[in-house]
Amino acid sequence: MPQVPLTDYLTLAAVLFVIGLVGFLVRRNPITMLMAVELMWNAGNLAFAAFARNFGDMSGQIFVFIVITVAAAEAAIALAIVVMVFRHRAEVDVDDISVMRG
Amino acid sequence: MLVLFWVCAAVLVFTAIAVVSSRQPVHSVVGLIVNFAALAVLFLTLSAEFLAMMQIIIYAGAILVLFLFVIALLTIGNQPVDRGEGRLAFQTVPSILSGIAALALMAIGVRSAWAASAAAPPPDFGTVPSFGQELLTTHLFAFEATAVILLVAIIGVVLMAGRKEVRF
Repeated sequence: MPQVPLTDYLTLAAVLFVIGLVGFLVRRNPITMLMAVELMWNAGNLAFAAFARNFGDMSGQIFVFIVITVAAAEAAIALAIVVMVFRHRAEVDVDDISVMRG
Repeated sequence: MLVLFWVCAAVLVFTAIAVVSSRQPVHSVVGLIVNFAALAVLFLTLSAEFLAMMQIIIYAGAILVLFLFVIALLTIGNQPVDRGEGRLAFQTVPSILSGIAALALMAIGVRSAWAASAAAPPPDFGTVPSFGQELLTTHLFAFEATAVILLVAIIGVVLMAGRKEVRF
């Protein structure tokens, strides 16, 4: 069974990360932007798992587990913020949420 | 293994583009579910069995259901469809250019000389017993800190979304 080289996994992770990055920058709907962030989390997870398999070290997989937990907390808090903003405005667009702008 | 990897890679890239390009958030969620399933298959090819299960259960099972609930809640009366051309419409082209630049930088890093694959990992690599042993012995502090992070998230969500009246 031929093994897939590490660089292929890393290239795929980089492509997925950039798709999420461009999506986050281009889209204005906060829910879609959050999904782009989830794509970026997953690209990092894929790179971690690939390194763990390559070097035979379980620590990479532990890190993926921690990242999944943090991503769940982040999604919950961000969606709560979206719901809270939506109570005041009929339309959710990140361009309109500039109260805390520095 | 090789064929499986490239099939999953094609599915991942296609669904990722669909997630960020579809106008309806529900379509994005459906694309994201397929994306996570393909990523779970890739975790299996990396002999990370426990992570593949967690990917399906936590991401596709919990986080995306949360997304679906919020979308359903926000679209009861009207459609929060992406307006597209907003006040920051001029940022589309620079965003794509910076994405290409980031991809080029990452490609340089990825294509540099990595150490060749070590000896084949032990047969119990990535299984639930070895994962649990590693998590609860070597990385016990990180595991405990995760509990604090989740507690903070719960408190924050209840504080923000649970209030009747919100003042800015």
